[in-house]
Amino acid sequence: MEAAVKESRLIMDGSELIIESLARAGADVFIGYPITPANLLYSYSQERLPSFFAAPDEISTLQWMCGYATTGKFPVTASSFPGFALMLESVNMAYMMELPMLIILVQRLGPATGTATCGAQGDLALLNGAISGGFSLPVVSISNMKDCWEMPAKAMQMAIDLRTPVVFLTSKEEIMTLASFSIAKLNAINKIERKFYEGDETYVPYKTGESMVPEFLPVGNSKHQVRFTASTHDQKGIIQNTSKEAIDNTKRLEYKHRQNHKQHLFYDYDEQNGAETLLISYGITSAASREAVKNIREEGGKVSLLKVKTMLPVPPVYFELMDKYKKMVIAEENLSGQFRNILFGERGNKNVKGVNGIAEMITPARIMDAVLCE
Amino acid sequence: MNNFLTDAPLPFCKGCGHNHIAANTEKALQLLGYDPMNIVLVTDIGCHGIIDKSFLTHTVHGLHGRSVALATGVSAALNNPDKKVIVFIGDGGATIGMQHLIDAAHNGFNMTVVIHNNFLYGMTGGQPSEFTPFGFKTPYLPEGGVKTGYDICKLISAVDGVSYVSRLEGISDFSKELAEAFSRKGFSLVEVMEICPSYGVKSNPGMKLSKVVEGAGLKIEKFVDREVEAYKTVVKSELKPLFNEEDAIKTLFATTLKKPIRLMLCGSAGEGVQAAAEFLLKAGITSGLNGTKKGSYPVTVGVGFSAAEVILSSEEILYTGSPNPDVICVTSADGLEYARKTLANMKGGKLFIDSSLKAPETKAEVIPFPFRERGGAKNSSIYNIFYLLKRTEMIPMEALLHVFNENKIAKKFDLGKMFQALEEPFYAEINEKTTAPM
Ligand SMILES: Cc1ncc(C[n+]2csc(CCOP(=O)(O)OP(=O)(O)O)c2C)c(N)n1
Ligand code: SF4
Repeated sequence: MEAAVKESRLIMDGSELIIESLARAGADVFIGYPITPANLLYSYSQERLPSFFAAPDEISTLQWMCGYATTGKFPVTASSFPGFALMLESVNMAYMMELPMLIILVQRLGPATGTATCGAQGDLALLNGAISGGFSLPVVSISNMKDCWEMPAKAMQMAIDLRTPVVFLTSKEEIMTLASFSIAKLNAINKIERKFYEGDETYVPYKTGESMVPEFLPVGNSKHQVRFTASTHDQKGIIQNTSKEAIDNTKRLEYKHRQNHKQHLFYDYDEQNGAETLLISYGITSAASREAVKNIREEGGKVSLLKVKTMLPVPPVYFELMDKYKKMVIAEENLSGQFRNILFGERGNKNVKGVNGIAEMITPARIMDAVLCE
Repeated sequence: MNNFLTDAPLPFCKGCGHNHIAANTEKALQLLGYDPMNIVLVTDIGCHGIIDKSFLTHTVHGLHGRSVALATGVSAALNNPDKKVIVFIGDGGATIGMQHLIDAAHNGFNMTVVIHNNFLYGMTGGQPSEFTPFGFKTPYLPEGGVKTGYDICKLISAVDGVSYVSRLEGISDFSKELAEAFSRKGFSLVEVMEICPSYGVKSNPGMKLSKVVEGAGLKIEKFVDREVEAYKTVVKSELKPLFNEEDAIKTLFATTLKKPIRLMLCGSAGEGVQAAAEFLLKAGITSGLNGTKKGSYPVTVGVGFSAAEVILSSEEILYTGSPNPDVICVTSADGLEYARKTLANMKGGKLFIDSSLKAPETKAEVIPFPFRERGGAKNSSIYNIFYLLKRTEMIPMEALLHVFNENKIAKKFDLGKMFQALEEPFYAEINEKTTAPM
């Protein structure tokens, strides 16, 4: 029989692409506590990363990661809401200490333990308020298998460049569904080389220049004293009540993200000439959105698609794109439209429609209805 | 001799035991001839924790109760016993973070934990901790403690992997004892008993530290002193990629599939549903198609339903759900329950169903077959997919046979018996919608 000529493909899940990407980018260690649906990330890491720790719980996980990060190594973990909830105080600590690390948050159906084996997009609102004081915690998401390869390394670069924990937001089906996938054309991922303070002058841990990101120096080095603290602190890393220097330092934690966001801006914008509706989506719902767009266009309809990958803090360019359209549809697998609320507030906007739901993936048909209805 | 403390006054109340611990720590490190750059001091939240600003070592000041876990990360990452990790924690921090102490001790992580036990939460105003002894008063416990406090030294001594545990009274010079603990490899712990003048003495006028300790039945002694295997972090250097181009699946067969096909396999856990779905997926890919497979099951994977959705298409597959599948295969009662909603919504397509089950109302063509009876429960899904390919032409049977034979299951599987069983006539009497095999 004559075989159809097709490029050869592997059967893969997103989890292995994510961990291979991080391994090549130079992640040093995975520290984690098992939870469905993040367990594939756990097991692939055990096989692929230089070091691996089975922590006794998620608070320990994040604390061990912080300890690791103070020494200049890059830690990764993966969890789902119940575990992430336990991590929250420590994520704030990592944020305050300015420790680079990656937290992969695999969303599942809540509240509470909910349904461990059912996907969801229900944790964005939590992430938007995760840092006490309303500070921006960088959150990136993915929209397809190729992103499972490219985005982890980019998120890691972002965490290092901005000295911050980064949340890599995904959901069950994005990382567990098996798919035929060709790896032949994947771009190379290079090891990220860490740069540390090399000066002879006394190292001042939280002193910054124009970038607003302090230079890093590991604890335990033989030359300069290094201080990390999770409490309000001055540039030396010494606890302060509310001195001007210390509060300026705290404000900087927000400003550094706002100032540098353009270097870590990731989205796919598929513009159609003459379209008056912009469909916005992210994560697992991106695939249904793409299918909806394809169907609408095949039937002669017009619609543009914005697949958001840099989620938080919301990059201003998204609003510039939205301003070009009369109508917007935002599709996401949660009940209240969490991204829609972040963009437009509780009051909403009459030109904005949400396509929402829980306990099953949003279908292309529902998205098409929302795009096509008057 | 190196200094370990700045010249500034220490940040504690007058007479606070924390002052003595800081001074004795400096002296102990001097006795051992340490370089401050080889010390990482990790401090907890509490009065004792703000000492970090006075130390000239590396310092990490974290959260309440988590300092031991934080130090665990530092220690595991440094992976170098010459770099000394010291933790300062209060009885409050040891209460809320007890798990971390036990865990670090159990694993033998390289560190010395110094518990500052003043029997109460100093920083928040003198509330009792789990270490507050029977009868000991605090501003929030005017009648005195109603239960005995933790004997942390006894608790930690019971953990394998600990190298050194001792309790001492934090008065006069205890630098030698601290030096002994600091010099041990692996996990060592010292509980320093002390007094908080602001709340402890105020609530227990005239109290004497030794009396409190004695009254609490706590022994001032060395509990453990032994050589142990200190933790060593494994850092692998030879690591293989998770996937390779060489493992790619070759297209060996051709299919005439015109439009995407969406299948749902529904059965019970342990009856090969996921494996069968993967065979179909791989057979499809071997036939030059794109494919996806999504699994659904309850949290406990060994019981209840097990379902899989497979999509095969010559085009790129975007949406991986199958709300309206073309084919549903049901091999057990659990699977039928799971499929009910989807079946009710089907507008056409086929339902392959085990003949022991009553097919529900559906617009799909119902095709019963005794999969369970002929193949046994364990093989029912495998029988089902082969039967499916006999009855439809979605992908070549050779493709399925090829991928099946590549799998180790095939060795213990009687293909001849199966094909014979799939041929034998079967007369359905399920319901009026039933169509007999062609
Ligand atoms: C998670 C959390 N809960 C509560 C607190 C409030 N808090 C700060 S210090 C402290 C107790 C401190 O007592 P201890 O650890 O014995 O140290 P001391 O002040 O006596 O030196 C508490 C409860 C906190 N900072 N974090
Ligand atoms: S309140 Fe008590 S524990 Fe805190 S510094 Fe004062 S005396 Fe020490």
